[in-house]
Parts: sequence; C-alpha cells; structure tokens
Amino acid sequence: MKTSMDFRSVRLAAGLVLLLSAVLSLGSLLPQQGVFSVSPFVVTIVGKYLSYAFLALAIDLVWGFAGILTLGHAAFFALGGYAMGMYLTREIGARGVYGNAHLPDFMVFLSWSDLPWYWMGSEHFAVSVLLVLLVPGALAALFGWLAFRSRVSGVYLSIITQALTFALMLAFFQNGLGFGGNNGLTDFKDVLGFDLHQARTRAALLALTGVFLAGSLMLARWVVSGRFGRLLVAVRDAESRTRFMGYRPDHAKLLVWILSAMIAAVGGAFYVLQVGIINPGEFTPGNSIEAVIWVAVGGRGTLSGAVLGAVLVNFGKTLFTAWMPEFWLYGLGFLFIATTLFLPCGLVGLVGSMGGRAGRNARTDPTPELVEPGRDEE
Amino acid sequence: MSEDWLLDLSHVSVTFDGFRAINDLTLRLRPGEMRAIVGPNGAGKTTMMDIVTGKTRPDCGSVRFRGQELTRFDEPTIARLGIGRKFQKPTVFEALSVHDNLLLALRGTRSPLRMLFLRETPDEGERIAGLLGRIGLTARERLLAGALSHGQKQWLEIGMLLAQDPRLLLVDEPVAGMTDAETMQTADLLRDINTSHSVIVVEHDMDFVRALGVDVTVLHEGSVLTEGTLDRVSADPRVIDVYLGR
Amino acid sequence: MAEARAAVLLVALLSVASCLPLGPAICLAQDRTGIPTPTPAPTSIPAPISAPDVGHSNAVSDADGEALRALASRHFEAIGRGVARLGVSDAPWGKAVLEALHDGRLAVGSDSDRIVIRENGVARDAVTGATLTGDALRRIRVNNRIRGAIRIALAERALRANDVSAREAAAMALYHHPGADALPVLDRAMSREKAASVKRALTLARAAIVLKTGAAPGQERAAVETLGKSGRLDARGLLAGVASSSSDPEIAGSARKAVASIDRRQRLWGIVQNVFYGASLGSVLMLAAMGLAVTFGVMGVINMAHGELMMIGAYATYATQYGLHRWLPGLETWSLAVAVPVAFGVCWLLGIAIEKGLIRFLYGRPLETLLATWGLSLCLQQLVRSLFGPTNVAVTTPSFLSGSVAIGGTEITIGRIAILVFSGCVMAGLLFILRRTRFGLQMRAVTQNRRMAALMGIRTARVDALTFGLGSGIAGLAGVAVSQIDNVSPNLGQGYIIDSFLVVVFGGVGNLWGTLAAAMTLGIGDKVLEPLIGAVSGKILLLVLVILYIQKHPRGMFPLRGRGVDS
Repeated sequence: MKTSMDFRSVRLAAGLVLLLSAVLSLGSLLPQQGVFSVSPFVVTIVGKYLSYAFLALAIDLVWGFAGILTLGHAAFFALGGYAMGMYLTREIGARGVYGNAHLPDFMVFLSWSDLPWYWMGSEHFAVSVLLVLLVPGALAALFGWLAFRSRVSGVYLSIITQALTFALMLAFFQNGLGFGGNNGLTDFKDVLGFDLHQARTRAALLALTGVFLAGSLMLARWVVSGRFGRLLVAVRDAESRTRFMGYRPDHAKLLVWILSAMIAAVGGAFYVLQVGIINPGEFTPGNSIEAVIWVAVGGRGTLSGAVLGAVLVNFGKTLFTAWMPEFWLYGLGFLFIATTLFLPCGLVGLVGSMGGRAGRNARTDPTPELVEPGRDEE
Repeated sequence: MSEDWLLDLSHVSVTFDGFRAINDLTLRLRPGEMRAIVGPNGAGKTTMMDIVTGKTRPDCGSVRFRGQELTRFDEPTIARLGIGRKFQKPTVFEALSVHDNLLLALRGTRSPLRMLFLRETPDEGERIAGLLGRIGLTARERLLAGALSHGQKQWLEIGMLLAQDPRLLLVDEPVAGMTDAETMQTADLLRDINTSHSVIVVEHDMDFVRALGVDVTVLHEGSVLTEGTLDRVSADPRVIDVYLGR
Repeated sequence: MAEARAAVLLVALLSVASCLPLGPAICLAQDRTGIPTPTPAPTSIPAPISAPDVGHSNAVSDADGEALRALASRHFEAIGRGVARLGVSDAPWGKAVLEALHDGRLAVGSDSDRIVIRENGVARDAVTGATLTGDALRRIRVNNRIRGAIRIALAERALRANDVSAREAAAMALYHHPGADALPVLDRAMSREKAASVKRALTLARAAIVLKTGAAPGQERAAVETLGKSGRLDARGLLAGVASSSSDPEIAGSARKAVASIDRRQRLWGIVQNVFYGASLGSVLMLAAMGLAVTFGVMGVINMAHGELMMIGAYATYATQYGLHRWLPGLETWSLAVAVPVAFGVCWLLGIAIEKGLIRFLYGRPLETLLATWGLSLCLQQLVRSLFGPTNVAVTTPSFLSGSVAIGGTEITIGRIAILVFSGCVMAGLLFILRRTRFGLQMRAVTQNRRMAALMGIRTARVDALTFGLGSGIAGLAGVAVSQIDNVSPNLGQGYIIDSFLVVVFGGVGNLWGTLAAAMTLGIGDKVLEPLIGAVSGKILLLVLVILYIQKHPRGMFPLRGRGVDS
C-alpha cells in the first residue's frame, strides 16, 4: 500500500474532535430537556468512542507507517487503564463496601493484610499518570526490542502480539495478581476530589479527552511528516535496503512502537475515567483485532482515518447492539471482509481519491497522483 | 601490507547447506580503484557482496576494509564505515518522492530519535539538487520513486549511493534491462564516480565492462579464476572454457 | 459406565477361560462389598458344570463323595471339612456347590444324602445337574467361619486354574483380603506354580498375610522387603502400619524405607502420568495445528477462521450423532466413525467455498487475509449460534471410548489414547498426501513456483482451492476429536486459534515434524508445569517462553534453511 504523505486531513480531524467534544460537554451542562442539551449517556458513550480513537491512532502509527500489524495493542490500552484505575481505586478510600481505608475491597475480600509493593504510590495522581505512560512504554520497549532486534516481522509479529495480550489476559484474570481478578477495578467515586458522577466532572473529562486526542493527532502528524516519518515508510516498504544505508530499522520501529503504546495507554486512562470500569476482558485478543478494523475502515496510514473509523464503527456497534444484537457479529464480520476486499484505502482514502480525481481532470500533468502534496505542508 | 588495501578479502569460504558458494576467495582492491567482476551464474558474485556488506557471515577467512575486520559487524555498521551497495534489482523507496529518497540517503545522522527533530537544511537542499543534476532526475524531484522508469530507478539508486558518499561502492548489475544508450550513460556515470570513489562493479554485459576500461576479475565456483585487463582475461583459455565450454 | 466395562472385561476373561471354573476373585470381591453374588444364568456360561446332561459328571470320586457327605452333615465342623475337601478337589461341579453353599442355596434331601442346588425355584442335583421335583429339602446352614472357609476353598480351586491370569487374579484377591487361614493354601499353590507372574502375586499375598495377621513370626522382614519392592500404593498402608507399630526397630526401619520407596515410585508414576496427559494435550494441539500447517505453512494463508472450522467440525459430529439417533439408531454406537468423514467433508467444502469466495482475492496480502478471515470467523460463530443456539450442545462419548486402563501405577483414559492415535493417523495421512500423491506433488510445485507450475499445465487455482480445502477438512477432523474433550459451543474455536498458530510458528513453518515437536513440547510443558506452579501460571509462563523463543529464533525450532530463504 502506498501512502501519499498528505496530512491535511489530520488538522481537520483534530479540529473536528475538539469541536465535537466541546459542543457535547457544554451541551451536557445545559438544563436537561432543552433543545441543545446533551444527555449524560451521550457524554459517556462519546467519551468511550474518543478513548478508543487513541487506540486506533496508536495502531495506525505502527501499522500504517511502519508496517507492523499489531494484534495486541489493546494490551497497552488496558495497561494504561489499569494504571489509572489503581489511582481511582485508592481514591475510594474508606467508602468501599468493607470500609477499609488502606485496602481496596477485593484485597480485603482476599484477606490480604498489606498493599502489594506495586500499588505503592498509586494514591498520588501524578505517580499514576507517570505509570499510565511508563508501564505500557516499558513493556512495549522490552517486547519491541526483542522482536525487532531479531527481525521478527509480518504475520509472525502479529501472532506473537496476540500471544502477548492473551498471556496478559490470563494473568489479569488471576486474583493473586492483585488487580481484582475477574471483576477488575470499578466502583470509582472521584478523581482529584471531583465527583465522577457529577455532570460537570464528566463534561470536563470529555472536553479533556477531546483536547488530548487532538493533541495526539497533531503529535502523530508531527512524527510521521518529518524525516523520521520518511524513514518509517522506507523501513515499511524496503527494510533491508535501509540497513545498507546505515540505518537501524529496529531502532526506528522501536521508537514508534513505544510512542504508539503510550498513546494507546492514554486512551485507556481516559476510558477508565469515563466508563468507570477496567477488567481483564479488555485484554481479549479479539478486542485488539477489532481495533485494527477501525483503522482499516477509516483508512490505514492517514491518522485521521483511524479516529474516524474508531468513532464510526463503535457508533455502529452501539446502534446495532441496541436494535438487533444478534446481527452485530455479522455486521462486524462483513465489515472486516468488505473493507479488505473493496476498500483497501479506507473511507479517508476513498474521499481522497474522489477529490484527487476531480482535481486530476483539471490538470494536464501526466502523472499528477504521484506528485507528493505533503511537501508544501512543511 | 594489508593497510595498503582498501578492501582485502583473504581465504573466505561460505557454505549453504553443503553448497560451497564461496571457496577460499582472495580478492584485493586498492584505494581509488574501479574493478569489474564477471563470472557465470552461480560463480558467487552476489554472495561476495553479501559477505562484504555483512548480510552473510563467512564460515572462515577475513574481510578487511581499511585495515578493519568487517566480519564481526552487521549491515548498518558496515554501511556507516563507508561501504555502499546497489542491488541487482533496483530497490528504491517507491512510496517516497525522488527528493526524499535522496534525503534519507544523504550522509548524516542515522539516529531515529534525532531524525524526529531534524528538518531539512539549505545545505542538504543544495546537495540534493547537485545529486539530482548528476543523475539527470532534476525534473522528477517531486515524483514518487515508484513512478520512475526502470532505468531512472537504477540511476536514482546510484544517486542514493552517491548521497551516502561511501568510500567504496558495490554495484550489482547496474545495466541489466537498460537500453544501449542508457548503458553507455551509466558507464560514463560510473567512471565519473570513480574519480572520487572506489568501485566494484558486477556485470555480465561485456560491452559495458569494456566501456568502463578497468581491470577485470573472473570468478568461477566461488573463487578467483583470473585477473587482469579485459583483453588479457578474455584471451585466457580457462575463461573461454568457463563461459562456453561447460 | 465402569460397571459395564467391568462386565465386558469379565465376559472377555470368561470366554478365554471357558473350560475352567469361574474366577473366584470376582465372587470374593463381591462378597466383600456386600453385593449378593449374581448367579450367572447357566446358558451364559459355557462351563461343563452347568450343562445338565453332561454324562461324565456323574462319576464321583471317593474323596469327592466323602466331601459331599460331609456337607450333608448338621455339624459345622463336618461341613468345614467338606468345604476344605472341595477346595482341593478337581470335581467340575465343586465351584457351583461352594458358591451355592455360600449363598444359602445348597440343600440336602431330607430322606437322602443327595446334595441339591436351588436356583430360581428349581432344584437340581449338584453333581448331575438333573432337575429334581417333589423331594423335601433341608437347607444347609453355614456360619461365618464356614463362609471364610468357602472363600479359601474357592481361591484354592482358582489357584489351580489352567489360565494364568485367573490364577493371578485369585492370588491378588488373597492379597487384597489377607486372612491367616489362606497361608497353607498359598504355600501349596506356591509349590506347584510355574508362571512367574502368578508366583509374584502369591509372594505378595503371602507377605500381606504375614504382615497383617502376624501368622508367621520371623518372616516379617522378608515380607516388608517384598512389599517394598513391589512399589504398590495399596501396600503403603500396611507398611506404614508396620513402620509405626512393629516392636522390632530393624523391621520398622526397613518398613519406613519401603514406604519412602513407594512414595518415590508414585511420584515417578505421577510424572509419567503428567507426560501422558501432556502428550494427549499435545496431540489435540497437533490436530488443531495440522490444518494450519497446510493453509499457513504450505500456502502462506493466515486463516483466522481455522478455529471456527474446528468448531463446525465439532457441530458436524453433534449433528451426525443427532441424525443417527433419530433415524438410524442401530448405527449410533459408531456415530464417531461416521462423523469423521462427515466433518471432513463439511469443512472441506466450506474451505473450498472460502478459498473461492474470499482468500483468492487476497493472495500476496497476508495481513489483509488475516483481517478478512477474522471477519469470516465472527460470521461463522454467529451463524452457528443462530442455528444451534448459544449454549453448549451435548456430544456423547461412545461407551468403548469411556473409562480408563491402568498402566503401571497410573490410570489412563481410553478417550485420550484414542485422540493420540487419531492424531497420529491424521498426521500419517497428511504426510502421505503431501509426499506420495500426485496432488501433493502439484501442491508443492504450486507453492514453490506458481508460474512454472502453471506453465507445466497444473491448474494452480484448482490446486489452491483443494489445498485450502484439505487444511479446512483437517480442522474438521480436529473438531471431531475436540468434541470429545471440550464443550461444544460457538466459542469453541477461539480457544484454539492462538495456540495452534503458536505451534506452527514455534515448530517452524512448512515443517510437519517441527509442528509435531512444537505441539508435544507445548502440551507436555503445560502439564508438567501445571502441578508445579498452577494451570494458569503454567500457561502464561509457557506463552512467554514461546514468545521469547520465537524472538530468538524467528523461524522456529526446525526452520527451512538455505540460500533461497530470505527475510
């Protein structure tokens, strides 16, 4: 697949994300039953879509630009979620079912006497934010370093990313791991002293999600539009050639891989804040594959397409599961098949090529589609 | 004495599953020299290049470049030491523009982290413009490399080699699939390059080798059959035997 | 089920030993459990004694006659003597008489000395088997001592049986229920026994009696040694008792040692058992991975719907069983055998349809194939859910595949052995197809050089479809096997897909023997780790190890090597 380095749509997407989140969060503060008022349900569900969009963006960075088809990226998303969930769990304090000020409910239930060492510091918001970035980042660094160094690539890499998230899922289902086993972390009360159930808090969270998503989009755009982005594309299309030019493709991949894991993790953190629960189900291998299809639907290698795909597919899922739940899997299944067969460049690619065709007719240049438009963006 | 050689392969052997691709090969190149390597299919020409550039590790023997042992290095390290390679099949980055292909090849930082923050400098722009002129692709600077003709891709790849500014260029069958005119142009280009770089060319095309006018090494079954000027070599009965009599 | 199997084994045993007295060990065992001895219907036992018209039975030796007269006595002492005499007698009717006496079915004519066996309201002469009517009968009473003596007598008769296994079983029965009065019987049997296995059993029985009853003072040490060497778990209790209660410190010490050696042996057998379970799990993985070894290893197609094809194979098994149950109940026992071709056929056709309708358009784009087949897998899951419902369906296991056999110190279920064998057969069949048939040759030709193969007249598109069909059909076969050990539900396939891909990659793509080695390594590793660190942790550890291994050796354990192989 060839990517034209056209990132004009990224700014547009970032702007739309900001607009959407701002309008919805303001609308939710208006008195209910008003014309422009937004129900709390919509705020939560859009917050969820936008959190998933981080994951899609992260996948597009590595799949679209470095050719790494990850089938385990939801693991980083979930780890970010757990890191944030730990802080929120500590915030519950003595308001839990057992009223234990030092231990989360599930630990009391397991009759543990002390917090495990890896929960130390989780009561501080700043530490948790660091953990959100560092834990998935460190796992990605370790995994990526091993995989890219030994030149594991293509479907082999896809399969071991699946195995990675599967192993994590099994581990997090264990009660003994200290993350709430089956139930995960939930029943959160507040964040930084703000009540999570209050409309104002939720509106602010949605707005923040929008700001961070737009920021991540622009960050990703900055990463891929520069010289490093060109190296990534070179690595994606002819990895061994870059080696003979003195590049270390494994280092390039590792860098974007870690960055991508961190973006996914931020999504996980926003997800927990708004959805209010994180459990081992998020590690299910199927989740990661589903996230890949969001990217494929929106358009691989476009960044904006990833966000668009995540929101659209999940919106479709909400509609489907409400109206005719038994058909959702058919819908999703056909979406996978149809996208790969008929829409290899995704929706953004479709729009782009329609726009390109319109412009081409006006010009006389024999090979205008190969003119690289991203250059004047610099 | 080995310090006098730019490249010094001595007694190199490599075996693939019982097949001896390179058999006690000894090959030396002086600084500034251009050498043509010929030989029938399976003579070990490409494998020899694989060994020099670190793609294949020899079973025994030593490969020295400016006195440094290469066999313990991987491909990027060897490339950074100053050995550039052009593949038989033109390999350019088709999804990038001609300009970006050259930009990535330009000698400079190879650290991905630093490249994140790097933007193109005017100096780099000038060097790219110079290279484009030299390989005759100035008008196609903004075109995606995938849209170039076969011969243009060959030139772009040579241009990328020049951008790397290596001490030694390994060029594998640069004129395969070119028209006669393009072939002669390429010979001129290589002679021009040879004024500032050492070059090893692997080629079948005898007219091209003649046009280069350099010493020839004949490889056969993984080792050197004979060396010398093209006239002397082509008169050698063993060479005639290898090429025709098998 | 277990009882039914016991009956099957019993019949088998009996038909071998048809000309012999029935195995008394079984009677003894049933006495112990309080179940009344089921008197075998005379027709079902082709033993001479039950044939009423056998002439030669009428000849009664003096000793036997004396024994019968003793039984007719009203004194327990005399009856005991009679029982003991019948124990050493070879009279073919002796066993039936002893059993009848034990169950209170033996009677004596009130006006004669004729001994009569009553059965289902019919009285027959114990010796001739002739039906008697109108005779007034007196039931011969027995007490517990006599019952004990009967058991010994029956055992003694059985210890003289022609069949070695019957003799061994009789000796083992005495081992399991040691009684002091069996000692002389054992010694007599020992003096004439030739077969080593029976001798071993007799020695064991003797040792158990010596330790349990203290009947032979001074022989305890040898007995402890015998039991210790046997390594039998059922000797452990006896030995532990000796270890704690024996007054002789030396004997107590060697008993302790014997207990420890039995424990060691048990641990060893535990490992053997784990390895077997591992091999069994490995054979399931192998079945699941073999289809992938064809579609992924040979064709390079990533089929994420492979697990769903297995699931459909399992449902095909269910449907076959259901159909046979409904319309051809006579074939129900063989439903699995019928299901094998059905499941293969269904999945084969489905595989060809998938190749023609989907995969064909995505050759050379492995990652897109992966996504499209994942989508397909979701559709197939939902389809099966709509057709059969979301819950598990019950696939039955035929009786000949349930139950278990004891090998050494371990119990092995027959179903698992069957899957191991089945897996081996499928692999042999696949190897045959790949290496020995024209189709296999075409398949390899197409994968190695498609254009050249096409130029040579091979219809590559057809070979592609058939190859994919073959891989899918093997998935169906795996489904048949999995239906026997796993819940058959629409989600069945998801549990296998990651494991089977790991097996193929771990073993080295394109190498069936590598796949086998990988499946067995993972299976056995899983079951060996399970008791050490728990099932889930073991699985996680194994996954992590395989991930690390693949990163170290990206081409798996048995990579294809050579110049042509390139990254």
